[in-house]
Order: sequence, then C-alpha cells, then structure tokens
Amino acid sequence: MSVSTKAAPVADQEMLISGCAAIAQALRLSDIDVVTAYPIRPYDTVMQAVAKLISNGELDAEYIVAASEHDQFEIVKHASAVGARVFCGSSGVGWMYAMEAIAVTPALRLPMVALVGNRALDDPGAFGCEHNDALCVRDLGWMLTWVDTAQEALDTALIAYRVAEDRRVFLPCAIGADGAFLTHSEVLVKVPNKEKVDQFLPKYDRGDKLLHPDNPITIAPQVNEDWVMEIRKQNDDAMRRARGVIQEAYRDFHKIFGRQGGNPFVESYMAEDADVILFGQGTLSLPVKVGIRKLREQGHKVGFVRLRWLRPFPTPEVQETLSRAKAVGVIDRDYSFGSPNHGAVLYNELRSALYDLPNRPHVISFICGLGGREVTLDSVTEMSEILLKVAKTGKVEQPNYWIGVRG
Amino acid sequence: MTGSIEVVYRGIFQKTLGQRITRGIVLAAVKEGKVGISFGRYGDSPERNGIPAKSFAVVADNEEDLQTYLSRYEPTDNDVTVAVDDTLCKGVESWAWYGLQPINKLTQPGGVVLTTSMQSPEELLEDCHRKDTEWSLAVLKGIASFSGLWVYKDDHTDVRVLGAIARLAPHVVKLESVEAAIQDEWQDELKVTSARKAYERVETRKVGPDEGNPEKPYEFQLPKWWEMKEGLVIPGIPVKQDVEGWEGGYRPGRNPTFKKFATRTMRPVIDFEICTKCTLCWLQCPDSCFDVTPTGHYDANMEACCGCGVCEAVCPVEKCVTMVNEAAFGDNASQFEMYEKDTDTYKSWLKGKIEDKVTTDRYHGFQLRGKYEEEVQEIIREVTK
Ligand code: SF4
Ligand code: SF4
Repeated sequence: MSVSTKAAPVADQEMLISGCAAIAQALRLSDIDVVTAYPIRPYDTVMQAVAKLISNGELDAEYIVAASEHDQFEIVKHASAVGARVFCGSSGVGWMYAMEAIAVTPALRLPMVALVGNRALDDPGAFGCEHNDALCVRDLGWMLTWVDTAQEALDTALIAYRVAEDRRVFLPCAIGADGAFLTHSEVLVKVPNKEKVDQFLPKYDRGDKLLHPDNPITIAPQVNEDWVMEIRKQNDDAMRRARGVIQEAYRDFHKIFGRQGGNPFVESYMAEDADVILFGQGTLSLPVKVGIRKLREQGHKVGFVRLRWLRPFPTPEVQETLSRAKAVGVIDRDYSFGSPNHGAVLYNELRSALYDLPNRPHVISFICGLGGREVTLDSVTEMSEILLKVAKTGKVEQPNYWIGVRG
Repeated sequence: MTGSIEVVYRGIFQKTLGQRITRGIVLAAVKEGKVGISFGRYGDSPERNGIPAKSFAVVADNEEDLQTYLSRYEPTDNDVTVAVDDTLCKGVESWAWYGLQPINKLTQPGGVVLTTSMQSPEELLEDCHRKDTEWSLAVLKGIASFSGLWVYKDDHTDVRVLGAIARLAPHVVKLESVEAAIQDEWQDELKVTSARKAYERVETRKVGPDEGNPEKPYEFQLPKWWEMKEGLVIPGIPVKQDVEGWEGGYRPGRNPTFKKFATRTMRPVIDFEICTKCTLCWLQCPDSCFDVTPTGHYDANMEACCGCGVCEAVCPVEKCVTMVNEAAFGDNASQFEMYEKDTDTYKSWLKGKIEDKVTTDRYHGFQLRGKYEEEVQEIIREVTK
C-alpha cells in the first residue's frame, strides 16, 4: 500500500497540542495506511485529530468508521495482515467490548499499535482515568507501555511502530494514556520532520507472512491440542526478544531526534540515594515529583521510579533502581480485587520482580486516584510518611492502603 | 511566578470558544519565554447545551513552577475568571461537582471576574455572589457569544477576551504578546484590532466584600464509602412533594443534589390569563418542571427549569409562553404566586420582560436559530470600530 503525505513540515516544529493530538501527529509522521474509528471518550480525541489531518491533506490514509469497537479492531487486524500500517484505539468498556478481537491479535503476530485512553469501566458510567481497561491485555502477548507527557506520547508512538513491526517481534503494542490529564491537556510538543522519522522507521514489511494472492498462505486455522502450546511458546519467545528491540529502538531514536536518551523502561527521579521510593506509571508522576521536591526540602530522602513499559516487564531495571531502598510504595491507579494482600496489579507485579533480590525492600500497596480522582500532594505526603515509618521501624503494619477514598 | 485564567463557558456551543481563549493565553505567554498548559475541566463532560463548563490556562516562568502549580489540578486562585455568558454570573453547577459554585469562587483575592455583557456592573452584581475578600468585576460590552462547536462562527469574542485579559492581568500576558500570538495563530489583522480595542474598552469596577448577591449558594456533603448503598443503588426521589396550602395542586419530587437551573440561558414566562390549561407544557417538559397549581395552572418551577424552550414550542396558545433572556431576572420566584398575589402587577411585569428587547433578545436552540451567523459581520464591525 503506497502512502504519501502532503504539506508535511520540513523543520521540527513546536505545536500546542493535546496528548491525543500528539499521537495523531505521530500517525501522520508514520504514514499509517488504515485507521478505524468508533467514538468513546477520551480516546475519541485522537480520532478527531486524525480525521482533521486527513481532511487537511496532511495524511493519506483509509479512515474507516466502524460499527463498533469490536469491528474497529477486526478491521485493522485484517488490514495489518495484508501489509497496511494500522492504528486503532479505544477506552474503558469500548476496549473491553473489542476484547475478543484484541485477545487473538498477538497469536496472529499482527503489529498493530493502539491507544488506550484510560477510562474507568462502566458501570458506574464514568469517564475518569483508571488503568484496568488496558491492563486486561497484560497477559495476552500485547506489549504495553504508559506515557506521562504529550511529548512522550508522540515519541512512544513512533517507537511502538518500530518495535512492533520488527520481524523479531511482530507483536501488537498498546499505549496507555491517562484519560483527561494527558489526552485532553494542550502543551508545547516538538513535532519532528518527516525525513528524520523516515530514517528511524523502516517500511512495514510482513515478508512471507503477507496475506496476498502472490503469496498464498492461510492465517489462523483451527488447531487441536497438538499445536496450541507451541504457538504460545512462539509468543513467549517474541516477547522475550522485544526487550532488546526496544533498547535498540530507543538508542536510534536518541541518535536521530536527540530525545529519549534515558532508560527506556523506567524513569528514575531522585531515586539513587532514596530511603523510600514511590513507584507508579502514567501522569501521576507530576504530583509525585512535586511532592518529593517538597519532602526533600524537609530532609526526607524520597524518590520516584516511573514504569514506562509494563510488557515486557523490565525486571533487571526495576531490581536495579529499587534494590537500595528500604521501602517501596506502589501507587496503583487500578485494582485487583482479592489478589495477594488485596493490593493491585502493579504492586503484585513489582513484588514478584523483587523476590529474587537477596536484600529486598519492603513493598507497600497504595490504591489511589481511581475513576479520575486526583492524586494530590497531600496523598503523596501521606504515602511517603507511611513509607518513611516502615523504613525507620523495619515493620510493615499494613500491606495495603486506599489513599484519598472518602471514609 | 505563575498565572492562571479560568474560562467559564456554556457547553457545548461555547466549547470551541473556551478552548481558543485558553490556547491563546498559552501561545501569548510562550512569546514572553514562559511555559504553559491549556486544559478543560474534564469532569464537566459530557457537555450538553447550556451546561456550564470550564477551560483553564496556566502559565509559568519555568517548567518546575508550572508542575508545582498543576499538582493541585484545578487552579483555585485564578488571576482572572472569564464568564463568556453573563448569565453564568448567577453561579455554576456542572457535572463535575455538586452544588452551585459562585462565579468568583476560584478567583483569587483581588482578582478579576471578566464577563461579556450588555448589562451594567451594578446589574451584574445582583447576580454575582458575595466574596470574603475584595475583587473586581470587569465588563466587556457584548452579547453572549453563540459561536458554536463544529462550525465556528468567528465573532472575535476569543481575541476580545484575550485583549481584555492583557489589560486586567499584564503579569500573565502582555498586549504585545497577545497581538503576536493572534497574528501567528489566525493571520488576521482585524482580529488583532479587536483585541486592541477590547484592551482599551474593558471597564473595571472594584467590589467590596459587602457587595453582591447575599444568597448562600446550595452545597452538599458527599457520603463516605461505607455510607453509600452498595451495588450502585441510588434511592429514588419521592414522586410528590407536599406543599402547604396546595390542596388539589401537585408538585413532583425533584433531585435535591442536581438542580440544573445554572444551565438556563433563557426562561419561560407564562401568561396565565390566556393559558387554556391544555397540559401540553406539563407533559412535554423533559425535566418535569411544571408544578400543577391548585387552580389547575401550570407553573414552571425555576429551581428545576434548564431553559430548553420546549414549553414555548409546544404551547398551542399564541404568546402564552415566551422564552426570555435569563439575564433579565434576579431570582427563581414562582410566577404563579406573583400572579395570584396581584394580577395587575404580574401583567405589567410580564409585559416588561417580554418587551425589554435590550436585555432579553438572545440566541437559543429554539429561537433565532441561524440568525447569529448573519449577525456576526455586524458584531465584528461594532467591536473593531
Ligand atoms: S424551558 Fe420549559 S420545557 Fe424546558 S425545562 Fe424549562 S419549563 Fe421545562
Ligand atoms: S401549553 Fe400553554 S396553554 Fe397549555 S397549559 Fe401550558 S401554558 Fe397553558
């Protein structure tokens, strides 16, 4: 499928745009071929931004308005199989409604990139940010990354295509973006020029997996128990390889664009000498960093580590950044009812990742900021004080806290 | 040094306007080497016609100051609060919070509430709630913008507000940077002129803590998690309210925590003399706003009416129900009670409201549809003169 872009700016440009519009810019620069749309807040802002780019003649792509989220993902799945670079996305229950199509995408090795504008699952009808929607693909072979700023959203979308479409990987990648805080806030974003992106992102080439009359193949046959486990093992192998491909992609990205030079998997903020560390993902980094600056002024050694990739989970980096702390508090903007210690998803992931360390920090679970509730400075102070007490006494009185719930 | 501007607008037809104003502030601040962010009060969504909603701009000298300010999420001490519809001065109730928020609630002490209005500051102060501290009321002459969502009818309200802000809060953005940003964003010299004229023409009046509407806006305490019914169960609203002395009358139960009247830009006034008691308004009102009086009349209850205009559209009697600009009213008193107390006074009151075209004409879903587009050129001529 040939694609051309008109009116693409030559030089890097600064634009005042939202997180969703930043993703749309990445899609323009990636020359996507097929995009499907079905509205649900907050993802739908990207859909509007892409439509605008197409109508302005800045992007030449098939824009297919689907009959539902399920159709949305089915359409791009098939388009990806015939060699189109595709984009799709949804939020909350929309993402869940498409789950049957989403769940099987990794096995087909279709490198779709999707945006999940994180939203609470209805009922109750709500549209504030919660991470349980995107987390539903955690175990299915999707790569899963969370972004913090509109700039990171743009950069990560470009990186996501590069990694997903790498033949060593060929897995779909979902980008989690906190609804409202990121998707709907406008800030200045550096939008690179197309030439640089072309240097970074090769054309999508399915090779011998291309569904085409010249390449007669069958995809996704019915199989019995003689085959399934091997297919799963292939997925596992691809996910293991993704780690190195992600590292390569960030290295090249930094070389070409001069950004994203840090650790691809975790961002660490004042964590090196910290006694206690808060750990989380997405936009909560803003209040946490501000809170930490205040606590540091009072002499408390508090740090923050932000997880950028949840799948593949960066076990070595997480171990390395957290091993020196006495206590780690995991802020989950999600829940996992009935899970160990009644903690939530990130908490249990992290505890498991730290288990093999000879000297493990204590790990405390904080459930905070559900349904779009703000993670406030007071919440950050409250969580830090709990951790500082654990660090001082060496005792965990309570493994899990709900922070900011009325009651 | 940080500065913040809050724009209170009416969803959904002023959404684009709200965004353009807060974007404009950030773009202007960037011209001064500052950083900034423009965002909506997301919880206001989903926006419906008339529902008050907010857009914010925060600017700072550097990234760190900006982060510090933003970590509290909603700017609570705005340098300027803009109400792009003067009826918002009566207070705002949105989907994002419970209770009626005074228009100046998030204006910092000594800060400014700026509104586009044809009313005098004194008239507007009857609407604006009192504040503990001193503040200022600024008026930019003009009617409430009906610029629209998808098809934006550019009436220059965006740049006029930007120009006025440059005058009222030069520490946030200066006029030169506003002009430069307008030039960049819209390449329109006439829009720059509009901004400059607004800068010159905006009028400000200091307001003391003892001035303004003394009413206490309604507010609610939210329940704790263990106080709430489990299973997303919400107790039903009683079907009927008992009203003393209303034997034979009927007042339906209404949601005590979400009243909706802050959504109203126009309200129905009813000529009870010619009403045939046909029941159509009562049947068709989407919000069950009509109280049935003991005499069998239908009295639109202004604590509940969102001003949709359906009653006017369905009433079969000519000139019996008339939608009038909300700006023309000072309270939510019952029209029927007024009528019963003194019919002649009511009739002249009614006549006055309907005929007072200066304050009462305005644009609405059912009224003057499409007319605004025709008038935009006239508005622009006026504001750039
Ligand atoms: S304008 Fe009329 S129909 Fe609409 S809510 Fe008010 S009383 Fe009801
Ligand atoms: S629709 Fe008009 S005539 Fe009929 S009851 Fe209502 S106000 Fe009276």
